[in-house]
Amino acid sequence: MIPGEFEYHAPATVDDAIQLLAQHPDDGKIIAGGHSLLPMMKLRFAEPAHLINIFEIPELKGITEEGSMLRIGAMTTESELIRSALINQKCPLIVEAAKMIADPQVRNRGTIGGDIAHGDPGNDHPAVMLALDADIVVKGPQGERTIAAKDFFLGTYVTALEPNEIITAIRVPASTPGTGYGFNKLKRKTGDFATAGATVVLHLKGNTCDEIRIALTNVGPTAFRAEAPEALLQGREIDDALIEQAAIKVMESCAPAEDLRGDAEYKCHMAAEMARRSIRDALARAKGN
Amino acid sequence: MATTAEELDRQALLEGIGCSRKRKEDPRFIQGKGNYVDDVKLPGMVYADMVRSPYAHARIKSINKEKALALPGVLAVLTAEDLKPLKLHWMPTLAGDVQAVLADEKVHFQYQEVAVVVATDRYIAADATELVEVEYEALPALVDPHKALDADAPILREDVKEKDNVGQGPRKHPNHIFSWEVGDRDTTQSALDTAEVVVKQDMLYPRVHPSPLETCGCVASFDKVKGQLTVYITSQAPHIVRTVVSILSGVAESKIRIISPDIGGGFGNKVGVYPGYVTAIVASIVLGTPVKWIEDRIENISTTAWARDYHMTGELAADISGRIKGLRVNVLADHGAFNSHAQPTKWPAGLFSICTGSYDIPTAHVKVDGVYTNKSPGGVAYRCSFRVTEAVYLIERMMDILAQKLNIDKAEIRRRNFIKADAFPYKTALGWEVDSGNYQAALAKVLDAVHYDDLRKEQAEKRSRGELMGIGLVTFTEIVGAGPSKACDVLGVGMFESAEIRVHPTGSVIARMGTISTGQAHQTTYAQIIATELGLPSEDIQIEEGDTDTAPYGLGTYGSRSTPVGGAATAVAARKIRAKAQKIAAHLLEVSEADLDWDVDRFKVKGVPGQEKTMKEIAWAAYNNVPDGMEMGLEAVDYYDPPNFTYPFGAYLCVVDIDKLTGETKVRRFYALDDCGTRINPMIIEGQIHGGLTEGFAVAMGQEMPYDAEGNLLGNTFMDYFIPTFVETPHWETDYTVTPSPHHPLGAKGVAESPHVGSIPCFTSAIVDAFAHLGVTHMDMPHSAYRVWQKIHELGLDKQA
Repeated sequence: MIPGEFEYHAPATVDDAIQLLAQHPDDGKIIAGGHSLLPMMKLRFAEPAHLINIFEIPELKGITEEGSMLRIGAMTTESELIRSALINQKCPLIVEAAKMIADPQVRNRGTIGGDIAHGDPGNDHPAVMLALDADIVVKGPQGERTIAAKDFFLGTYVTALEPNEIITAIRVPASTPGTGYGFNKLKRKTGDFATAGATVVLHLKGNTCDEIRIALTNVGPTAFRAEAPEALLQGREIDDALIEQAAIKVMESCAPAEDLRGDAEYKCHMAAEMARRSIRDALARAKGN
Repeated sequence: MATTAEELDRQALLEGIGCSRKRKEDPRFIQGKGNYVDDVKLPGMVYADMVRSPYAHARIKSINKEKALALPGVLAVLTAEDLKPLKLHWMPTLAGDVQAVLADEKVHFQYQEVAVVVATDRYIAADATELVEVEYEALPALVDPHKALDADAPILREDVKEKDNVGQGPRKHPNHIFSWEVGDRDTTQSALDTAEVVVKQDMLYPRVHPSPLETCGCVASFDKVKGQLTVYITSQAPHIVRTVVSILSGVAESKIRIISPDIGGGFGNKVGVYPGYVTAIVASIVLGTPVKWIEDRIENISTTAWARDYHMTGELAADISGRIKGLRVNVLADHGAFNSHAQPTKWPAGLFSICTGSYDIPTAHVKVDGVYTNKSPGGVAYRCSFRVTEAVYLIERMMDILAQKLNIDKAEIRRRNFIKADAFPYKTALGWEVDSGNYQAALAKVLDAVHYDDLRKEQAEKRSRGELMGIGLVTFTEIVGAGPSKACDVLGVGMFESAEIRVHPTGSVIARMGTISTGQAHQTTYAQIIATELGLPSEDIQIEEGDTDTAPYGLGTYGSRSTPVGGAATAVAARKIRAKAQKIAAHLLEVSEADLDWDVDRFKVKGVPGQEKTMKEIAWAAYNNVPDGMEMGLEAVDYYDPPNFTYPFGAYLCVVDIDKLTGETKVRRFYALDDCGTRINPMIIEGQIHGGLTEGFAVAMGQEMPYDAEGNLLGNTFMDYFIPTFVETPHWETDYTVTPSPHHPLGAKGVAESPHVGSIPCFTSAIVDAFAHLGVTHMDMPHSAYRVWQKIHELGLDKQA
């Protein structure tokens, strides 16, 4: 559990960080909170020669309201998300998800940007971003660009982020009346990744669901949208029978890998159950709004 | 016995036996001021790290150290070839086998020690381990112990394949270690043949790891000038380590100093002598400089002593009223690559034959076969006395299964079979003499406290609604306090315990014991024993352990032996001092000894108010005014060889609710009644019970060491290995009765292991009970949500309406 040798860089600005990344294109690695990267380095699964720490860069911090959107600096920690009055008020789904990530020590260091950039199918924010239809703001030598969450997660540890780019912020829509969310994550114990997780955001017009996104965690090579059950529920009045049909479609959409958390059959069933719960929670909240 | 208010006040000031005195250890621990092995820093200290095998079974074709040695800062790379001239490439185990210190020609388990690298810096040492080039030829791995004795099984231990005995009796196959039998085979067979009812069940007690918070490690420092070796070490048995190191190294015991400083939990993991210790010592002797070796978490879980791995088959014979007529148990024990389990030497299955439990069973027979597999070696008491957890699990499962078969309530079947309160001391069919007990009373108290009948009614209602609620019940008997030297030894040393107490002229005390606290708070509780016995305040009593240069020889702390054996030694040594004090008091008061009464903290002349001498006054006099012919000073030593084990017991009840759709279990209630005899510090007892219940919860609900078909250990980090936090841990309700041990000087029995031993089958009992109405009689641990869901799914209970 001793990492290999590396050189440590602590750039003061995003531009400095991008420059450092450009200087070390093959063996440079960005470190944020470090709670995914450091364990991999200690196991020597990852041995970057240059570690570029962006955790302390001021322009990557902070949560602001930009019209109907919230802008969250990439280096905002899980604890800061949980404590943010703005996030609690305008996007409580993120708070609920952040509270279920790991343990307090990790949440004090782990960042939303790091969680998203890592591309781990077990991380929780990717599904939340998909369900919220968030934008990922990234910056590289060519300047800033925005990537929609649905285009961001390409595979296990593979994202649309170019090797010379850094995530600078996340933009999520503030919740509107008639919108409800559900976040359910089954885990073996505190600190564990999800056995299966389901995040749902839906909007009701009257009793009809006119918009729904269902995103799943750790039941495929990456977090993904379960489009078949979304299509089933879209434009319908959602009742128990429909939820059950959707749950079956959720199960069919999963392709989990077997591990100590369970085999594929168990994980598919758990994804379906988490989806049932999240759809019900989202409905109840949408009606309450 | 103090009775008046004035006497009670004086007694309270002592903070002696029965007082919930705060732990003396805590101020330094909670301020980060503890001193653990990894805190030890010696001048010139260098660092060792291990090269370990990626294969579970392979032949070593070659080892090339050149690249590692070329790395600046690397001082040495040692392999079995280097240790061979010193005859240290293998070491004896406590069980009569040998264990490779560094792999000699073959590796027998994944992560086995192949070479040790010593460097000036911890980081360089780690880098250098990657530069040691080892060429392996992979061999087929033997993972399933049920296949170990097959004719075509791969032969693991080529070093002993020709031997018909590897230290524990005759064997029948190169992968066989021992067969051990106890009891009456014929009468048991006959009981099974003629019984009205027979129940039989296979069950696996899976391999689990104690995983103390602090991993194992040492700092070895050899002084070439003085020829003295000092080793700071994470050991639950420093004196035994000194003896073993002396035998291995040839250095006289008097020139070896073993120091166990603060130890961050042991639970049996820190009883053995590991290759890391031996190689650090060798490296220090070779290099003449202190060498530190500290394992990381993966190394701790993968290579140091685990527990259990017992594949058991139980058979109970009974009549239709549920009265047991006989018990037969067959066990296949997976001991891994080397038979290095830690037990009293003569007991290859430890104290497993306590498996008749709390019940009056007329005849029984037990057979245990140990086999080698390509897994890490070990097999220790994980918070239990030598296979007692396995034994209690077996009998308590069998009681439930018998109750189910006969449709008798699980409380009632136990009542019908209990050893009666007036039958103690009770000789079991397998030869133990249970010292004292009152099982009926303990069970009745628990059932009343939880309103058992109401729980059963609620369960019936829930079952009718298709909900899963389970009630677990266990009435266990432990055997702890190893042990009488006529029955128990370690490497030929009897399993006594020792205490040395000195009373200073001012009445303060220093006492040293052969045990070593790994978190049990000996500094607090031993002082309380002395305070009550000598009438001196515990605040002024200093307890020291763990330094072999100063402490008297003792066998250490494991198997709940500190209070039963060390506590007894402490009481007896204190009584020797009080006997001398009485003579001094008689001399000072110019009366005969017989005219004196002991009263809390002083001797009083019978019938003459005011004529008295306090212990403090006597302590002063012991250094200047003693009777003619008496030597000065006030101290005593006792080496206590217990006449018997002690037999704590308890009644536990658990209520669970199971989520049918996820398999998750909510432990709604856990009520634990323990009887550990005389209670020295109730607060510390409660802490021990909370800890033991939490570890039991971890074992029952999640801990396992899964191996794949190639012998790779999956799940050797805390990501997978289940250590519950306060989020997962249920609320514990504790209760007690007091049935003193008749043979212990204080009547105390030991308590730390009971909650572990007793709770594990109680969780299983509750989980199985949730499915009992559907015909389920047993489910193997761990009862993770995944595994419970598989049962739910198999039974079709998760179908949506």
